[in-house]
This record gives sequence, C-alpha cells and structure tokens, in this order.
Amino acid sequence: MASDDLWILGIHMTKFGKHPDKDMVDLASEAVLGALADGGVAMSDMGVIAAGSLMAASAGIGQQLQKQLGQTGVPVYNVANACATGATALRVAMMAIKAGEADMGLAFGVEKLAGAGLLTGGSRKDDSGTFTPSGRYGAVAPVDGRIGTEIMPGVFAQIGMEYGHRYGGTSFELFARISEKNHAHSTLNPLAAYSKKMSLEEIMGDFMVAYPNTRPMCSANCDGAAAAVVISGAKLRTLSLEQQRRAVKISASVLTTDPWEESCQILPDVNTLTRNAATMAYEQAGVGPSDLDLVELHDCFATAELVHYDNLMLCEQGGAVDFFNSGATWRDGTMPVNVSGGLESKGHPIGATGIANVWEVSTHLRGEAGPRQIEGAKIGMTHVIGLGSACGVHILEKSAG
Amino acid sequence: MANQIPLVDYLVLGDRPHLVAKECTSCGARYFDRRNACASCGRTEFTSVDIATEGEVRAFTIVAFAAPGIPTPYVAAMVDCGGTSVRANLINVPPDPEHVSLGMQVRLATEVVGTDDEGTEAIGFGFEPKEG
Repeated sequence: MASDDLWILGIHMTKFGKHPDKDMVDLASEAVLGALADGGVAMSDMGVIAAGSLMAASAGIGQQLQKQLGQTGVPVYNVANACATGATALRVAMMAIKAGEADMGLAFGVEKLAGAGLLTGGSRKDDSGTFTPSGRYGAVAPVDGRIGTEIMPGVFAQIGMEYGHRYGGTSFELFARISEKNHAHSTLNPLAAYSKKMSLEEIMGDFMVAYPNTRPMCSANCDGAAAAVVISGAKLRTLSLEQQRRAVKISASVLTTDPWEESCQILPDVNTLTRNAATMAYEQAGVGPSDLDLVELHDCFATAELVHYDNLMLCEQGGAVDFFNSGATWRDGTMPVNVSGGLESKGHPIGATGIANVWEVSTHLRGEAGPRQIEGAKIGMTHVIGLGSACGVHILEKSAG
Repeated sequence: MANQIPLVDYLVLGDRPHLVAKECTSCGARYFDRRNACASCGRTEFTSVDIATEGEVRAFTIVAFAAPGIPTPYVAAMVDCGGTSVRANLINVPPDPEHVSLGMQVRLATEVVGTDDEGTEAIGFGFEPKEG
C-alpha cells in the first residue's frame, strides 16, 4: 500500500427506519462506535472529524457527538451539501489526511426524517393584501404548482421523462420495473427500512405521487446514521495484518457541481455533473466501468436510476433502457446495481446516505455481506446526487492483503 | 376590466402575451431571474429578448401530491421554445398520460391565478396543446 493512498479502516451503519426512541446523537453514536470498533481504534485516534447532517449541521452535530463520545479537541467540520452530505463529509476527512493535517479521521452522517413527507415545495394560502412583485422572478404569489413543480418526486420524474424524450423506450412500466428490482434486492438486507418484495402490479397500483413515480418508486424518508474511519496508507502499515486485510482502498473520490447547460436553471441537470464525476473517478482509479463488480447509485426515485446507468457509463450513451431490460442491473446480472435495495427500500436518511453506500460496497469487498454477497467482488462504485447540485462518486477496491 | 398584474416579471401581458428572457450579450445564455452575472461566462451585461410562444414538451410530470393549498393534479413540464427551455404547467388539457405526451406541440396561454384585496388580477401562464 502506497503511503499516499487512503483507506477505509472501519465502517458501520445503523438500521435505517423508524427510531422514535433515539435522537440524532444516539444514532450517530451508534454508527461511530460501530465504525471505531470495526477498525479497532478509538475516538482518541481521530485527528479530524467531519459531521454530515442536512438538518443538524448548523446545530453543531459534530460537537454534540463529541460531548457524548469524547471531547478530544480535534477540528470538527459540520457539513451540509443536500443529498451529497454524507459523501461530502467523507471527502472532508479524506482531504484533511491528504493535506497532512491528520493520519486518521472520522466521517459520519446522520438524519432523522421518518414521516417527514415532501421536503421541498411551497404551501399556499388564499391571496390577500396587495399583489407586490418580490424575489428574483418578481412574483406576486407563490409559483410552486403554478409554474412547474418544486417537489423532488416531480423534478426527478421530469429528469427520467426527459431521458425518454431524448432516447425513447421509457414508460411508466419500465420505471416501475426498476423499482421492482430494488424492492426485490431489499429482501436480503436486514438494515433496510423496507425489505418487502413488491410486485410490478403493487408498485404501479400504489399511491401516485408525481407521474410516473408512485410512492414505492420514491426514496423512503427515514432515520439512520453511518460512519467511517479513514486512514492514510502510511499509518495503516503500522497497524495489524488483520486491520490491513480488512481495510478497503479508496481508489477514487470525486465531488463535482453542475456546470452551466442551456436548460439547467429550468430543470436541474443531474447528468453532466455525474458524467464528469464518473469520468474523473475512473481516471483516478485507473479502472473502467467493466471492471466494476457492483454499483450503489442514487436512486432517489426510480426515474433517476435509469439516467445514472448512462451517466456513470455503465451502458452505452442512450442505451440505459436496453441495458436495464437486459437484466444487467439485477443482483445476478453483469452489473449489479443497488443490491442494498437502494434509496427506494433501504431508505434515505440524507446525511447518512453517502456513507451508507460506501458501507454497502465495502461489506461486499470484504466478503462479509452474508446472503446478499456479490461473490468475488473486488471493485465497486458509490454515487450520490444532491440537488442544487452536487455529485459524489467513490471507487473502492478490496485490499490485496 | 379589472387591473391585471403578471404573476412573474418575465411574463409580458397585452395583446400578444409572451415571455422575455435576459440574454447575456457575450455568450447568449438566457435567464428568467434577476441576475448578478452570467453563470455561463461570468460577464454582467444582458439584453432583453422575446421568447417564442410555441414549443415542444421535452419533459413532464403529473403532480398528484403537493404541499397544502396547492390544487392537484397538475402537469408540470419543461418546454423547448425555439431552443430556449421554459418551466411551466401544461394547461387546458386533461392531466393524465393519455392526453399529455413527450414531444407534444404546445403554445403559450394565460389564465387568472388570483385576485388581491384591491381587485387586481394576477395573470399566470402555461402552455396548451396546439390545435390540429
């Protein structure tokens, strides 16, 4: 292991779902203590802490955790970056190590969102007073629902439909089949918020949120946390052979934002920044899409999963529909995608998501995934998108030891 | 006739209602909001351009569940108006997948979206199917 490599030494996620008896510090503590135990290290070994939480970053969730687990005085970075919050926290810890400020660091992500409902979109009351233009569009009344939609299920529905307009082949049923796959995968994941197999008929017949996304085709708001201990290659070499054997190499870590495109301020462009991130990640890792044994990508909605097959270059450009229809992305296919059940069934506690997907891939690379193990997995990719936008991509590799 | 005011400042009312965009004089990028600078090239000079009132539906969704007070279902869409993308609802069409389709040809239409205490009507816009 080269000295300037970065590795995951320990990693853990809580069960995702409803945790009414635990607050965010409880959930984060469970994940962090799990990651420290997994890596065989302690809070006192951490030279830096990156704390990701969309809802609690401004409340200093990192220092709140320290108050329970160890006030060691090291720098804490509280991070919020939409749905890329967890991946961003992981990168902050990594950058501190890369910069030589620490040789071991902790990143965690936590959220409590069970029962949260729609996270965006403005409510509307009866018009009153005198119409007065305000804001950047000089609007005299709320525009959500009057000039398009601001709700995420509707935004991502359009993103999938736009792919269909460009390349053809999409339908309500196609998108529902993607959801059927992820719900089927979730039955093998005891940490998923929902692990019930759903038939195509059940998915298509469920409550419609924003056509073509029905409720089971939307990411599940839930509670959860995940944490990782990141370590430099030089430091890892001083640890036990068992610690070195279980360590997972971070072969690529990339964060991008959305570059300007003609329509990007009309409908968010989640494509270009994902393609850019994937391109950079493959180059950093020195691998190509065909080298990947599994991928955890950001299926915040079934309509989003389809476009990311293309954006991550898992298929030919424009070929995502045929690629999915070939069965490639099922767990027994050539490119298993979201064997955890994905955000649609595992759940999406926003700050935790970008570390939980690293846990999922790491667990397969270590050969510790139990009944849902992808046999012989050596290289995997994780991907998150935070609307606004931010894209985090990581490529992970099994230790050679 | 009641006083009228556009729902947003980039909607121009009158005999021929249309949308106007701010176009960067350097790179041609178009925007509908108040600008500090161009997000494409960073320059700060803009000119006003009229947007085509006919276009093609490039993406849509039928929102069935929204925040309190917002009537559903409604069709939200991205419409390509002669190369400029516009966010709008599709109106004067049944909000179901049998009547709304990708590639559908549409044209701008206006409608009253509210009335304030002084009787002023707010006029919004959407796109409706082109006839024929």
